[in-house]
Order: sequence, then C-alpha cells, then structure tokens
Amino acid sequence: MTRPLINVPARAKRGQVIEIKTLISHVMEPGFRHSSIGVLLPRDIITEFVCAYDGEEIFRADLFPAISANPFVTFHTVATKSGTLTFTWTGDNGFSATEQASITVE
Amino acid sequence: MVSAGLRISCIALMLGHAALARGSEIPQSERRSGYDMMGRDTKAMQDDDTANPATLWVLEGETIWNTKAADGKSCADCHGDAGTSMKGVAARYPAFDATRDRAIDLEQRINICRSERQNATPLPFESRQLLALAAFVARQSRGMPIEQNDPRMQPVIASGRALFEGRQGQLNLSCAQCHDDNWGKQLAGSVIPQAHPTGYPIYRLEWQNLGSLQRRLRNCLYGLRAETYPLGAPEAVALEAFLMWRARGMPMDAPGVRP
Amino acid sequence: MKAEPAIDKGRRDLIKGASALACGMLLLAVRKADATPASMQAAIRDVFGNAEIGRGKVTLDIPSLVENGNTVPMTVSVESPMTATDYVKSIHVFNEKNPQPNVIGIHLGPRAGKASVSTRIRLADSQKVVAIAQMSDGSVWSAQVDVIVTLAACVEGL
Repeated sequence: MTRPLINVPARAKRGQVIEIKTLISHVMEPGFRHSSIGVLLPRDIITEFVCAYDGEEIFRADLFPAISANPFVTFHTVATKSGTLTFTWTGDNGFSATEQASITVE
Repeated sequence: MVSAGLRISCIALMLGHAALARGSEIPQSERRSGYDMMGRDTKAMQDDDTANPATLWVLEGETIWNTKAADGKSCADCHGDAGTSMKGVAARYPAFDATRDRAIDLEQRINICRSERQNATPLPFESRQLLALAAFVARQSRGMPIEQNDPRMQPVIASGRALFEGRQGQLNLSCAQCHDDNWGKQLAGSVIPQAHPTGYPIYRLEWQNLGSLQRRLRNCLYGLRAETYPLGAPEAVALEAFLMWRARGMPMDAPGVRP
Repeated sequence: MKAEPAIDKGRRDLIKGASALACGMLLLAVRKADATPASMQAAIRDVFGNAEIGRGKVTLDIPSLVENGNTVPMTVSVESPMTATDYVKSIHVFNEKNPQPNVIGIHLGPRAGKASVSTRIRLADSQKVVAIAQMSDGSVWSAQVDVIVTLAACVEGL
C-alpha cells in the first residue's frame, strides 16, 4: 500500500501552534472477529504511534483494537525551529513504518 | 368460506401488483447526492483530502499509473498526465464497447487496457490495485457532471431500469420502493439515500475499506435477501448504467466517504 | 445478548417498525459486547490508580448518534495553558461495551502547544465513552458522552 500520508504545514512562524494530520493504511484487525466458518481472526493492529521533532518525542499514542482501520491521528505541536519531523508506527507481527516531513520555521 | 373464484381473482390481483413496484421517479430538481444526506463529521472526512482515507488509494493508483507493466508500458506512456486525459472519463462510465458489443464499467475498461495494451494480467475485481486505479481515474472527474448520452447504451439502461423497478429477494422489494419512494426517511438508524453513484469508488465506513459500486449493490441485494450478481456480471453493469443515467447532470464527488 | 440501549420510545418504535423490513439485519450475528462498566472502571484504575477524577476541563466531541459504529470520528481536547509548568501529560479514552475497555492512550508535553487530538474509533454498541486527562500537577479531569450506535442497513453477506 502507499506510504503513510502526513500533512504538516511547510512553513510556520516561530512559536506558532501547528496541526499535524497523519493517515496510514492498516487493517487494525481487532482479534475479536470470527471468519464465516467460526475461526477467530487473530489480532493485527498498530500498537504505538510516535512523533519526534528533531529527535525529541513530541507526541505518543498507544492504540488499541478500538481504533478504526486506516488509523487517522491528528495532534498539535509548537513550531520551534526548522527541522525534520519523524513519524513511527509499530504494531503486531513486527509491523513497522516510518515517514518524515520537513518544516521551515521563520 | 371464500369461493374458489374469488380466491383466484384475489391472488391474480396481488400478483399483478407484485411484479413491479415502479415507484415515482424523483424530479430532477429534487435530486440529492448521498453526500448531502450525511452527517457533519462524515462530510468533513470526505472534504479534506488529507483526512479522506480514500486518498491512500488515489496515491497508490497514481503510482500504478506511472509504473511500467510487463511489456514495458505504463498507463502514462499512452495516456500521459491523467489530470488531462482522464478528465470526465469516469463520469461517462459504464460505456458501450463496440468491439465486445456490450456495456462495460470503468474497472472492466481498465482491465481491457491492461490485457490488450500492456500485456499485463487483468486485476481481480475488488482487488486493492484495481480499486486504486479506479479511485485515481475517478478522482480526475471530480466536479464534472455525470453523462449517459450514448444511444447504444439505451437498451442497457432500459434493462437496468427493469432491475431497479422489479421486486426481488425474499423481502420482495424493489430498489425503487426505498430509493424513489422513501428516500430521506429512516431505515433503523440510517437515512435512506436516493442512491446516486456520484462518489464511487467509495470509502464505506461500514467496510472500513474502499470499494466499488458493484460491491455496494451486492450489499443492497443481500439486504433484500436476493441473489447477488457476481462481480462483473452484465446485470451489475446494466444496473450501474441505469443508476448513472438516473444521476445524469449531477456532479461527481469521487472518491467519496459514505456510511 | 446486546443490552437494550437507553433510547426514547419514539426511536424504539421506529426501529421496531423498520425491523419489519429487516434489510438483512436479522441474519447478522449480534455484535458481541463483552466489556462491562466494571471492566471499564478496572481499566481506569489500572491507569490512574485511586486518583480522584474530577469532571471538567476535558471536551469529548463524538456525535451522539453515529453514522456507523465501525468508524466514529472523535476529538478530545483539554483546556490548559500548555506551558512548561502547566500542561496536559496524558489523555486516556475508555469505553463501556466494546470487547476491550481501552480506546487510546495519548502522551503529550509542553511542546504540544494545544491539547487536542482527533482520531476515528470503533463502537460496538450504544454506550458511554469516557476521556480522562492527567495534568502536570497530578490532578485528573474527565468528560463522558453517551453515544447511540445502530447497525448499518444493507451490509455484506457472509
């Protein structure tokens, strides 16, 4: 599937609070559903989502089966300096995805 | 004790009414898309491309569009920039294919291109890749009016209309009874839409996935406890064609989000 | 068995009438709802111990009648100056009737600027959703919403 979709403003003023939107493709199988012949479908979810701004963690979320498929998470951060935002998703069955975005802060 | 004659004529009367439940066609000016009938939060999900889950498929479709297939050709090699070449295309499908002398829908057209022009294997119906390409192509028709002007499509549209107006399934209901006669009213917790396919392929909240109009029609038929058309069946294409003709002039809002 | 949702009589009659049309709903297995208010309380204690949980400062924005329980947009916000000495440390969301009581656990800091997070969640049945926030000074605040969830009309076959 395609790379995670990140929406970060390309530019911001120092001290401005910006909104970051993230969307990743993932089935988020809850582990409570059964197939049509009664076999339990095992859990397969993203369990953690972390955002770091120039290496420092600014946001972390623990996700549970109650999060819908194709998790969409938005949050805020203060634009401090120009740099790189790193987004990391980890989950069941060794799932791991990373994405980056740059921001210019004036 | 009811006489045999009276009983038979009662049954005949009921059967006469049972065959068709035509419904009263919605006046053009009163047509509303499914988007108009959704709640605030679902509309917001569709309106923002960065929040619309369907965007994930559009982006994958764009990648496939530019990827060379088996014999070295990509969609882009023939069609160039999709924003130009695919503008308005999804809005006039299903379309008549003269070579095959039948109507085909957009997914079938994509597969014909793959097998005949790219020497690539056709993609299975409802596969992620086929839906991604369909979502990418349909996105290029956003805002454009739906068209069904080809005279060769008239017989197909007529057979689609018969399917829409005929009672079917164990519940013995026609599409028209809900979608022409009772749109806007509640079916349990859901509002009954008018059933205009302006947003396909859609991200359906119930599926938590992107899917085609044919998949959605199978859900409707299952709801009626009627036999579902196999994906790609002529009945499915005919019904699609009728629904698009019924929605003619309405703007496309693909890929949409729907409950 | 699914617990009867607390809905007004008018809506209950509408649902009874509509179920005559059924639209395939009769064939569906009732979505199992295993968590109980007790397991939700236990999950809350797991995170917050015996801390006193106040009402206020937290806003939980969820539609009161959702369009589809599989994908419910939710925004949780907490009033806070979000300075280095006065900020929201964490926000946890819980539910009563899904198979599992936890929804999401959010960890913030003063760099967040604004304590407002949106996501999309699954709700298996009509139920209470509770959001609880812990501040940097240790105080705990909460908000609660009653959400009505109905099955979709016209769903997949098995």
